[in-house]
Amino acid sequence: MSKLIKNFSHLFLPISVMTLLIIINLIKGADYFRITMVNGAFYGNIPNIFFGASELVILSIGMTLVTAASRGQDISIGESATITSAIFVLFVLQANEVTVLTIVAAFLLSCVAGLALGAFNGTLVSVFKVQPMVASLILFTGGRSIAFMIDGKLSPILANDISNKIGTVIPGVPIQTPIILTVVFIVFVAVLFRTTNLRLYVETVGINPNAARLNGINPKKIIFLTFLIMGVCTAVAGFIAVNKAGRHDSVNLLKLIMMDAILAVAIGGNSLSGGKFSITGSIIGAYTIEMLNRTLLRLEIDPAMIKVFKAIFIIILMVVASPVVRLFLRKSLDRVRAWRSTASQSVGNLKTPNTNITDMKEE
Amino acid sequence: MLSETILEMKDISKSFPGVKALDNVGFKLRKGEIHALMGENGAGKSTLIKVITGVYEKDSGFITLQGEPIHFKTPKEAQNKGIGTVYQEIMLCPNLTVAENMFIGRSHTPIVNWKQMNEKAAQLLKSLGIPASPIQELASCSLAVQQMIAIARAVDMDCKILILDEPTSSLDEDEVHKLFDLMRELKTRGVGIIFITHFLKQVYEISDRITVLRNGKFVGEYETSSFPQIELISKMLGNELEDITKIKKYEPIVSDTTIPVYEGIGLSSAAGVKPFDFSIQKGEVNGFAGLLGSGRSESVRAIFAADKVTGGGVRMKGKRVKIKTPLQAIRQGIGYLPEDRKDDGIIYDLSVRDNIILTLQVLKGFFKPFSLKQAEAFAKEYIEKLNIKTPTSNTPIKSLSGGNQQKVILARWLLTNPEYLILDEPTRGIDVGTKVEIQKLVIKLANNGMSLTFISSEIDEMLRTCSRLIVMKDREIVAELRGTELTEHDVMNVIAQGGKTI
Repeated sequence: MSKLIKNFSHLFLPISVMTLLIIINLIKGADYFRITMVNGAFYGNIPNIFFGASELVILSIGMTLVTAASRGQDISIGESATITSAIFVLFVLQANEVTVLTIVAAFLLSCVAGLALGAFNGTLVSVFKVQPMVASLILFTGGRSIAFMIDGKLSPILANDISNKIGTVIPGVPIQTPIILTVVFIVFVAVLFRTTNLRLYVETVGINPNAARLNGINPKKIIFLTFLIMGVCTAVAGFIAVNKAGRHDSVNLLKLIMMDAILAVAIGGNSLSGGKFSITGSIIGAYTIEMLNRTLLRLEIDPAMIKVFKAIFIIILMVVASPVVRLFLRKSLDRVRAWRSTASQSVGNLKTPNTNITDMKEE
Repeated sequence: MLSETILEMKDISKSFPGVKALDNVGFKLRKGEIHALMGENGAGKSTLIKVITGVYEKDSGFITLQGEPIHFKTPKEAQNKGIGTVYQEIMLCPNLTVAENMFIGRSHTPIVNWKQMNEKAAQLLKSLGIPASPIQELASCSLAVQQMIAIARAVDMDCKILILDEPTSSLDEDEVHKLFDLMRELKTRGVGIIFITHFLKQVYEISDRITVLRNGKFVGEYETSSFPQIELISKMLGNELEDITKIKKYEPIVSDTTIPVYEGIGLSSAAGVKPFDFSIQKGEVNGFAGLLGSGRSESVRAIFAADKVTGGGVRMKGKRVKIKTPLQAIRQGIGYLPEDRKDDGIIYDLSVRDNIILTLQVLKGFFKPFSLKQAEAFAKEYIEKLNIKTPTSNTPIKSLSGGNQQKVILARWLLTNPEYLILDEPTRGIDVGTKVEIQKLVIKLANNGMSLTFISSEIDEMLRTCSRLIVMKDREIVAELRGTELTEHDVMNVIAQGGKTI
């Protein structure tokens, strides 16, 4: 049991936050976990969280890797996803007849675009040693304009049956398609980690790039690789987002999602300055953020005020989880223990008749 | 006037967890003298300086400044009492002007009088003969001038004592002389200067007195003019031989006709080592001797391509090979245990297991990860073989002691089964027991046919293990000693004389 706790100690923060949110929701209404069946698919609070968090989960995985290797964050992920999805939409719309093959080809094309964008950021960071946040600032600034140019007109609409199915449900399958896609992606990542040394290499580079180089790992290549993976993540996230929305709104698609992705990495117990990482933590962190968003909605907070509450919640969370507070708590706990042991000792020495229970146990 | 003492330290002791950094050390600085503080790494020089400047608090002892007892708690207090410090790294802001750098953080009013500040700076620069303009951006000055400005900043405000901690390490010869002129100027003004450097030549050029520390203990104070260099070196290195390390020396059977395992011709690297030739036979142990900064580490780093290789060719067992990156070196069967364990060796957050398998895993390839079972077996094997003290193989390496961390790095290289293993200061900063274990291991590996390079600051360790010693000075090979020439006296002689006796 203690071994189990040790192995999952880094997940303490996201899991405790999630538990807290569930309690709040249960107080608000006991029907929180209720799942209803509509048109052969599951709906309800929990499925909605899984549905809503799909893109965030995928982007958090990429963000975790980028953070671990490059010790910085990619802030252009929303823009990158907008560009890749614009290419996806462009390809789908020029087809006479939209078949599954069209969608797959369009998706693969958008993945190539994602790789190119990742390579752009990755080159700046690994070869030219630009800080990741600064490097991705370029795409962050210009990305939506590029997507707008690709669109050629305002918000092209994806009015085909397959896109609709990808964005909602496939008849006969009880789970919403984006959830399935997310699970498939997570499995894909898990297989990647099983079959390669990605974790060892990324962690080594993130912790000590000098030592990595002296042991035959090229830090540049590894950092570049994490940006490529990030590029694929943005393509997949863009694909899900645009099919969900049914139209390509290059101004608002996945806007400011990098904030939530970075937050998911942090809530997942990962250091934002690189090194050891937990993908599981980030995934749970992403779902937690979606849960928080929906909890605030459920509490019927004025939509204009939601961001304020979210900010307050995050501040409290980060302060409680900060090393300063944790050290303080540990120290005060030690002090209380020391005080209690000296107190019980002195009581024992005096041999007063009213010895407390702990003394009796010791004797 | 020269005999007037301004700073006196008596019986200073300072301990850190597990180490006694200073043990009853005394130090005396007179007015208007340049006093060199000498000792190898870990001798306690920096600790002593930090006690003077209030960075560390002493555990016991007395410090008097001009006869008045002092007890600084913060560097600011020391500064206010007229103790200025200039460190090796220039701690100024390159994007500010010279004057701004000189007075930043000194003003007591929130409003800066730019004109007055620039005038004051100009005056000070002129009086010290520093060729810089107050309104010039600092980055546009040469390194030496920047270092001088750092000194000007320190000596401003009625400075009595100036501490220079390796100020010359990044300067070229001309620049060093400019700096020395400034030091002499300050000396005539009655400033007492404490000078720390690894360059013996500079010590003899500028200092009046030398205080030698070794292993946190006071060795002695000497007049520079009547203290021969060889004696200084022997005082610094210490020549007491511990009887626990009576290791039987191994002599390889090497004839000149055998093809060396490794042969480098005209090697040079971006780290500034002059082109050199080097070769090593199967089962041979050789060493690189020389003081810090002599280029011994740079040489072996050039062999492993740890720094950018700028020239030279390499043959492994007579076959021409290309070694331009550490990975190529590893693939050719070369291993390298770096001098700086913390910065270049350990991956501190990762487990002992991951640290052990790392290099072999890299050799095996990105797409072929070891199973956990296999990795665990490797880790277990070497934890037992090298007697690594760790709770489990899953413990992060950062929580191990220095000696055990070093053994993990050794295990990492032994696991790759190299033909030629370079150990750069494997015994630095670790306990005596582990030092002996490592030396024994070196002999054992050589007996099994591995070629090794063993570098240590402690010459007796190399004398015990190496059959050939390459002596370096000023980034050049000055001598090669073998057989009967390998005595402590000879080696020190060569280091001091720069090969002139041979």
